[in-house]
Amino acid sequence: MNRRNLEEKIFLGLMLASVFIVMGSLILIVTVIVLNGAPSLSVQILTQTSEGGFYLGAGGGFLNAIVGSLLLALPATGLAFLAGIAIALYLQKDFLRPSISNFIRLCLDIMWGVPSVVYGVFCLTIMIVIGMTGGSLLFGIIALTLLEIPIITRSIDESIKMVPIGLKESAYSLGSTKFETAMKVIRKQAMPGVIAGVLLGFGRGIGDAASILLTVGDSNYFPTSISDQTAALPTMILNLVSMPDQVVQNKAYAVAFVLLMIVLLISIITRYLTKKSSKHIIK
Amino acid sequence: MPSNTQSSVLKNKLLLAGILSLFLSFISLFIFNNFILFALFLILFIILLVYNFIKITRELYDALGTRLMLFVTASVIFLFFLLLAVLINGSINILRDQSLSELILSSTWKPFSGEFGLFAVIIDTLIVTAISMLIAIPISLLSAIYIAEYAPKKFKNIIRPFIDVLAGVPSVVFGLCALLVFVPLIRDDIAPFFGSTISSGFGLFTASLILAIMVFPIIISLCLESFNSVPVALKEASLSLGATKWETVKKVIFRASGPGVLAAIFLGFGRAFGETIAVSMVIGNQELIPKSLFGPGQTLASLIASNYTEVSSIPILASALIFVALILFVVVLIFNLLGYLVLRRASKRWAY
Repeated sequence: MNRRNLEEKIFLGLMLASVFIVMGSLILIVTVIVLNGAPSLSVQILTQTSEGGFYLGAGGGFLNAIVGSLLLALPATGLAFLAGIAIALYLQKDFLRPSISNFIRLCLDIMWGVPSVVYGVFCLTIMIVIGMTGGSLLFGIIALTLLEIPIITRSIDESIKMVPIGLKESAYSLGSTKFETAMKVIRKQAMPGVIAGVLLGFGRGIGDAASILLTVGDSNYFPTSISDQTAALPTMILNLVSMPDQVVQNKAYAVAFVLLMIVLLISIITRYLTKKSSKHIIK
Repeated sequence: MPSNTQSSVLKNKLLLAGILSLFLSFISLFIFNNFILFALFLILFIILLVYNFIKITRELYDALGTRLMLFVTASVIFLFFLLLAVLINGSINILRDQSLSELILSSTWKPFSGEFGLFAVIIDTLIVTAISMLIAIPISLLSAIYIAEYAPKKFKNIIRPFIDVLAGVPSVVFGLCALLVFVPLIRDDIAPFFGSTISSGFGLFTASLILAIMVFPIIISLCLESFNSVPVALKEASLSLGATKWETVKKVIFRASGPGVLAAIFLGFGRAFGETIAVSMVIGNQELIPKSLFGPGQTLASLIASNYTEVSSIPILASALIFVALILFVVVLIFNLLGYLVLRRASKRWAY
């Protein structure tokens, strides 16, 4: 009896220690970035582009990287959302046999697991084939879209699975077609999944560095067309960190601070919107 | 019939819009000399023309919508196979140049003299992934058990957002923190403690540590899902026989949710195996097998990140990097298939 209680106590202690480590690591990351990033943050650094020696310790800011990141992640999320909602609705039993839709789900799961650097290499290969060097906004968007499609699709798919079958049957019994049922009934019922998926995908897209690093190149100005090179927040952090000057390196923490804040904001918005949108869901 | 007049008014407007768009397309062609604008307006005109003469019934709408969904689904699956095809096609060059065994078993990576031995990099990748999983699996499982079974409700509500946020932190931020916290810590304290005094702090162990932290949220959230789906009756049966809470966890919950835990570990492995940026920032980027865990190394994914800039000057290097990407892809593919098969068999055997 005593031994069993002792085992219980020991493992409870280990569990508490692990939870402490997990929570502690997030707290550590946030405090390290905030403490190091906040001092180098200023209005000037947020509202100017990095022309004129941002990497050399002179003035300038990283507005071009913020704009570049948004120009990469927003279109990619839009495209991935359009693809995701079409696929997720099509994976239902009404349209596809379960054996085929399970195969597609497996493909999507593999796509989810594929490291983002592989998508970068894929786009880089195509760029080499068509003779484009340096990088472009377009291929960055393609890489991020590929990265986000499985995330958004699977999230919508999971919430479509939760839609009660009776709801679908009553839509059919009122004479609506498959497509109408999918677009008007199922899509609205799956709204929490759609919101969570899109925001999750956007957060992943804006923070991903490996695919961007290989495809978009770098620039000190705003991109003016989709074949331009562009700066982005994650790649700018990598560039700044590799500089020898300590003052310049400190700017990396300011960029990371902005990136972390964007990601935290997305996570808060996700929680709020999912809660709000699941109010009107019929269970 | 009000609805009929309404629709005829709408049709008239659409016809007007069609004529206007035809007019605009001519203007953009002859006055502005802009072909893209011309094409856009012409397409708009054709759509409006078709819309005016074909009656869009609900059946047609249904057929069109379904075809569109089929098209999107098929093209994404096509993209998936295109990805594989492009990677295989790209790595043919290097495989023609050197044999597969030479690539995998030689450990000299010198792109400038045409040597692309991946042995050291593969060994480093295995070491880093193994250590990070050794750290991450017990900690994540214990945390997940605590959150699912022991934690009071208030604490649960606090920690769930923590894990979601940790899962969303960009990898470059993890890398930056590792650079700032782990590198000095390992250089000054941990490496000397284990007797390796010349460590620079950049090395396999540093990479493993940060990878373990990155893997925590994946394993925890997936394990939580499967722990929460264990029926309460099963737990109550065990507790009513006099088992302690930990014994219930060990003998009932772990067994009942075995497949889910396995799947979580597979996914975590995939993340650790393919993580690029955070690793390349702290691993030291040298293609050799270090003598101690604190020495510098290189993983498959970070090899791509630190060599891609030379691609335009050495053409065969591009092929070598595509081959490395192919290895990453195939390993993830195999692990996913294995996980899928194991889960399918296991969920039959472990059925309760």
